[in-house]
Amino acid sequence: MSMMADTVERGCPSGLAPPAEDRASDFSAFVREAGKEKALSLSVRGAKCGGCLSKIEGALQALPGVTTARMNLSTGATDVRWTGSLDPNRVAQTIRDLGYGVSARVEVNDADLHKAEERKLLIAMGVAGFAAANIMLLSVSVWGGHGEMGEATRRGLHAISGLIALPAVIFSGRHFFGSAWSVLRKGKANMDVPISLAVILAFSVSVWATIKGAEHAYFDACVMLLFFLLIGRFLDARLRRRAYSAALDLASFQNRSVNRLSCSGEVNAVRAAEVVAGDRLLLAAGERAVVDMTILDGVSEVDESLVTGESLPRLASAGSKLFAGSVNLGAPLTGQALAGTEDSLLSDIARMMEAGEQRRSGYRKIADRAVSLYVPFVHTTAVLAFLGWLMLGAGVEHAIMIAVTTLIITCPCALALAAPVAQVVASGRLFRKGIFLKSGDALERLSEIDHIVFDKTGTLTLGEPELMNADRVPAGALTMAASLARASRHPLSRALVSAAGPGQMATNVREQPGLGLEAEIDGKVCRLGSADWTGAPQDAAKGPVLWFACGDETPVRFDFHDVAQAGTRRTVETLQAEGYELEVLSGDREEAVAAVSRDVGINHWTASASPTVKVKRLEALRAEGHNVLMVGDGLNDAGALSLAHAALAPGAAMDISQSASDAVYSGGPEKVPFILETAKRAQNITRQNFALAAIYNVIAVPIAVTGHVTPLVAAIAMSASSLIVTLNALRIEAGGHS
Amino acid sequence: MEIIIYLIPVALCLGAAGLAAFIWSVNSGQYEDLDGASYRILEDEDKPL
Repeated sequence: MSMMADTVERGCPSGLAPPAEDRASDFSAFVREAGKEKALSLSVRGAKCGGCLSKIEGALQALPGVTTARMNLSTGATDVRWTGSLDPNRVAQTIRDLGYGVSARVEVNDADLHKAEERKLLIAMGVAGFAAANIMLLSVSVWGGHGEMGEATRRGLHAISGLIALPAVIFSGRHFFGSAWSVLRKGKANMDVPISLAVILAFSVSVWATIKGAEHAYFDACVMLLFFLLIGRFLDARLRRRAYSAALDLASFQNRSVNRLSCSGEVNAVRAAEVVAGDRLLLAAGERAVVDMTILDGVSEVDESLVTGESLPRLASAGSKLFAGSVNLGAPLTGQALAGTEDSLLSDIARMMEAGEQRRSGYRKIADRAVSLYVPFVHTTAVLAFLGWLMLGAGVEHAIMIAVTTLIITCPCALALAAPVAQVVASGRLFRKGIFLKSGDALERLSEIDHIVFDKTGTLTLGEPELMNADRVPAGALTMAASLARASRHPLSRALVSAAGPGQMATNVREQPGLGLEAEIDGKVCRLGSADWTGAPQDAAKGPVLWFACGDETPVRFDFHDVAQAGTRRTVETLQAEGYELEVLSGDREEAVAAVSRDVGINHWTASASPTVKVKRLEALRAEGHNVLMVGDGLNDAGALSLAHAALAPGAAMDISQSASDAVYSGGPEKVPFILETAKRAQNITRQNFALAAIYNVIAVPIAVTGHVTPLVAAIAMSASSLIVTLNALRIEAGGHS
Repeated sequence: MEIIIYLIPVALCLGAAGLAAFIWSVNSGQYEDLDGASYRILEDEDKPL
């Protein structure tokens, strides 16, 4: 099968399939001048393996004049620089020919901001780690020399520790101090307030202890506290940046050029953002509309499966309206833009998504809930300890010392690591199965799901019709029909070609939009298309059909159906056994939806659902108190995806749907149970971690309040609690689903 | 024990050198593409003549 062979050879064997690629924009609109060189930033999708990296870079470097070609495998960002007259479209085409999706990359300053933030945290973490290790080296000798070491030596070692700690606390601690100060000014408190208090007080009393030549200094504790907390912060920032770059991909999707006709009929490539209502636009074969438009001239078939979910193309001619996201399958169309890109359907959907995401961001993470309990608890305990010791007749100095050790020992290290470590381990487990998690709290929301809504086209099914009766049609008919079909982009033609395998293409094939194809083979006029076109009898066939007739021979009928992906039935049974309620919500025709739903064993289905209907259904389910998981791939699902409690999109989905979802998976629906299981497991572990942190505090606080915490006890307690939480998170990996 | 007066600064300088190398590696973008770096090692740069 030629198409099968193609997919194996092209693209990434291990990762996401590129989204369905249309003939994309004119890249010359996006070239930058960089000194003597020209530069182009591209966003490559579907490359997730080492072979992809060398294939893409190698092919680009082989182009004439290319000086640098470098791809970032983690993000897909590819920078190409060249000198001379190389056509930028050839650069893009080279990547596309290798089987990857490519679009011009949106450059925004925000991306650098996120990157800088992550780097700052990483460096702060490195500095704190360096200081903690070196101070610990000195502290261990102080503890080891207990009772033998002279006071002068001990004071000397404490002084050196203090000198190392001071710059480290200022440098690494400013992240916490700044945030604590800004919330304090508003009269509120967050987690950073007790952290800052603990660090600053611990440092101050240690300086005091050093000057006085006292036995205990807590320099090691305050730097170590910063180090552990920064690990948690860094992991969190990295997860957030991943989510952000996914949003950038959405922007890149709109970043394409449009062929605009000037008054004199000249064609200019302009950026999509420049289109305004009233512009005359040319939509070439295979091109995707970026704005809503009315057709002025031309007749062609358009694929609206991404907009409406309808799997069969629709005929578009002068006067009909075309929505942004439709792909022109046949002859070129000229249209008039009804609105700029900002007011088109695509942007409407993007806005719906934003609204949903805002609602979702109101979701309160378990970590936040834990913090809101933790902050007052710590402050009260420390203050009570201070007052209690004062009342018992201890000196102010001693009472302050006790209060500070209480703050240190109840340090939220375990609390700060509890959720991020579990998320990192869980997303690593998903990643190895080809699932990309896009937000940290997604796992939490996924674990609360009780109702799953599937889209049909492209999610339960492959979105490509399949020939049903290949073995029942007369021999030779399929080969001849396929030779005509090779000239067309129609999904049914492509299905016919894929069933027929490699072969010749008939010469001089003419396409009649909405009717079919015609060509002369061996002196006979052969036609492939609708019943009218081939002179076949009209019948009430269920599902899509194609007729083929040559000369006076009886027309042959080809039956197609949209098949469910392999293993979907078993997946459905697994999910139902685990107690999830399932339903299908599709924009496709009733027969098609009913057939597939019956096939996979889902009883509850809705057909012909527009994006608005989908959104309404999701809202109704939410009102009933369900936590809904939406699995979908099309433009028409994007609104519903962002409204759902959690959302998944297959790797071949529209970019906009991938952006609206919490995770993107490669492969079929069989990944859904695995994702849900991992999420539940991660959530259990996170809860256990919070419980462990609470137990730790129950043990540690009495020790601190009674004044038994030495720097050694503080160091052991802090590392032990962080280590236990981390090791517990690693259990997410172990065992489970096969 | 006076040797410790030299040893502690030496130890700190070695550590600081490591820290400086780490900061340099972060700022030169070596942690930007952790997936790609592991594959680039295996790439053959020499083309057959």
